Amino acid sequence: MNSLILTTGARLLIALFLVFSLYVLLRGHNAPGGGFIGGLIAACGLAIHAFASGVAEARRALRVDPRTIGVLGLVCALISGLMALPLGAAPFAGIWAEVAGYAISSVLLFDIGVYLAVVGGILTLIFALEETL
Amino acid sequence: MSWTLALPILVPFCAAAAAFLLRNRRGSGWISVLGAVASVVLAIRLLLAVVENGVIATQMSAWDAPFGITLAADYLSAAMVLITAIISLGVSVWAMAEVGQISTRMGWHGLFQTLIGGVTGAFLTGDLFNLYVWFEVLLISSFGLLVIGGQRKAVDGAVKYVTLNLISTVLFLCAAGLTYGATGTLNMADLHAAVAAHPDQGLMTVIAMMFMFGFGLKAAVFPLFFWLPASYHTPHYAVSAVFAGLLTKVGVYALMRVFTLIFVGDQGYTHEILLWVACLTMLSGVLGAAAQSDFRKILSFHIVSQIGYMVLGLALMTPLALMGGVFYLLHHIIVKANLFLIAGVSRRLTGSSDLYAIGGLYRSAPLLGVLFLIPAFSLAGFPPLSGFWAKYVLVKASLDLGAWLVAFVALLTGLLTIFSMTKIWAEAFWKPHPDGRQPALSTIPPRQRLLLLSPVIALALMTVVIGLFPQPFVDFATVAAEQLLDPSAYIATVLPAGEAP
Repeated sequence: MNSLILTTGARLLIALFLVFSLYVLLRGHNAPGGGFIGGLIAACGLAIHAFASGVAEARRALRVDPRTIGVLGLVCALISGLMALPLGAAPFAGIWAEVAGYAISSVLLFDIGVYLAVVGGILTLIFALEETL
Repeated sequence: MSWTLALPILVPFCAAAAAFLLRNRRGSGWISVLGAVASVVLAIRLLLAVVENGVIATQMSAWDAPFGITLAADYLSAAMVLITAIISLGVSVWAMAEVGQISTRMGWHGLFQTLIGGVTGAFLTGDLFNLYVWFEVLLISSFGLLVIGGQRKAVDGAVKYVTLNLISTVLFLCAAGLTYGATGTLNMADLHAAVAAHPDQGLMTVIAMMFMFGFGLKAAVFPLFFWLPASYHTPHYAVSAVFAGLLTKVGVYALMRVFTLIFVGDQGYTHEILLWVACLTMLSGVLGAAAQSDFRKILSFHIVSQIGYMVLGLALMTPLALMGGVFYLLHHIIVKANLFLIAGVSRRLTGSSDLYAIGGLYRSAPLLGVLFLIPAFSLAGFPPLSGFWAKYVLVKASLDLGAWLVAFVALLTGLLTIFSMTKIWAEAFWKPHPDGRQPALSTIPPRQRLLLLSPVIALALMTVVIGLFPQPFVDFATVAAEQLLDPSAYIATVLPAGEAP
């Protein structure tokens, strides 16, 4: 598709989508984190890029194969779940630590994992659909 | 205790991630085999813990039931997890010889382990919504496996498979939503009391029927089985084998769990329907098989007919019948996966799966002939193989209840099963190859021969062992059936006394 309006608008929208997706990832649509919904928003942003400038360009901008992103998300989620094993806690129990005054947790890592898995999964589907159509 | 339950689910996913990330390296499939070995070890540990304690349960993230996600294992769950791990090991070894470079690069081994993780999760979860999530994991990974490495025909089968299974999962989701709206909980142990105490029992029966439809479609019972023979003969043989062994059994397991633990209020209605469904499933499957001439299609229709026996065990709802159902479930997974693996070897030797285009296997590959006869006779119910005991118990249970017609259908189905097996034997093994080919096993390179035959031999040995020494397995299935009929221990373990809301 070659639409000047879409390509110009997409440049603004993509940045907005990606930043907002990070905000939702950390904040959730209704507090605490929202990895799933954040991942969907990020995938929407990149999908707009694919529609406006073509899948090849979107893949180049993404740098990594979306399937790999999805599996890395799975790895993040698995690490956050298995982290409790050496500490003797229940599987997927939230583990908290304080770094330089900020509280960080395995819960956030799990949300990041879900975020990446959703981005990877949705983009794999959308790119494959765009390429075959 | 909590990790004993969680690790059998987590390990396949770890193996899946590793196998996928390293998919372009040589031998990445061995990661999948390694994961399967670890799964077997963990499943044995789980089984020992269950035998020691009766029922074990744990809460994810330590959120108490019924609010958190519960993992629970009784005898049935633990046995299913072990058998899943065994099939995973057998098929992943076998796949090393069948799944080629292209499929490996597309992530076949990762998807396979994801499927195993999903199946294990479905067997261990104690929460209806979580069960739905595992069904989705199964659906997505099985769709990938169906499409990879196939041609146009495979995509055609996969689309039918996914469309019909989506209907089932959507219905399952609706039923879960209605259950939550009506009772305020989705924890299975909690639902046992909540459903019984609900003022509107009619509504509960309606929800029960929605679950029956959803799980029934997954389990491929009459009249919802059409997707199965349409899709199981198209993908890699390793995929067919693991689907045949495990996927429909998840549906049967879910039926067994839900209709012994949650919806037992109106058995005169629900279990009567199940009984008719079971009989018609047995008959329609076996009659469908009689009309086929493709190795894998015959076996696919037989899955349908055998599902009928398992549902029969549930429908009769006596200790003996449920024991037979559980025994049948365990025996059938081994036998069916093995038959599909043998079909794969035969395809490799003879070049086709169309029975009229192949032949001569008995003369040139007698070992394969023997290996085929063991699971084939077991499937048909010949003594002293495992299928005989499974069928015997179910027929006896129906005769005890005076259900002559049911017993007759079960026996007739066994007889017709022999007919189909004889057909495969006569066409693929007995008659000479139409092209005059001599399909000897020695034409396969030795390393691949070892990979292809060792899982087949191991699974055949299991069938023989279960058949010759059935007592420990019968005892085990009896305890499993007792636990299903009297879920008080399950409920007490998941919801410790005093904490129940």
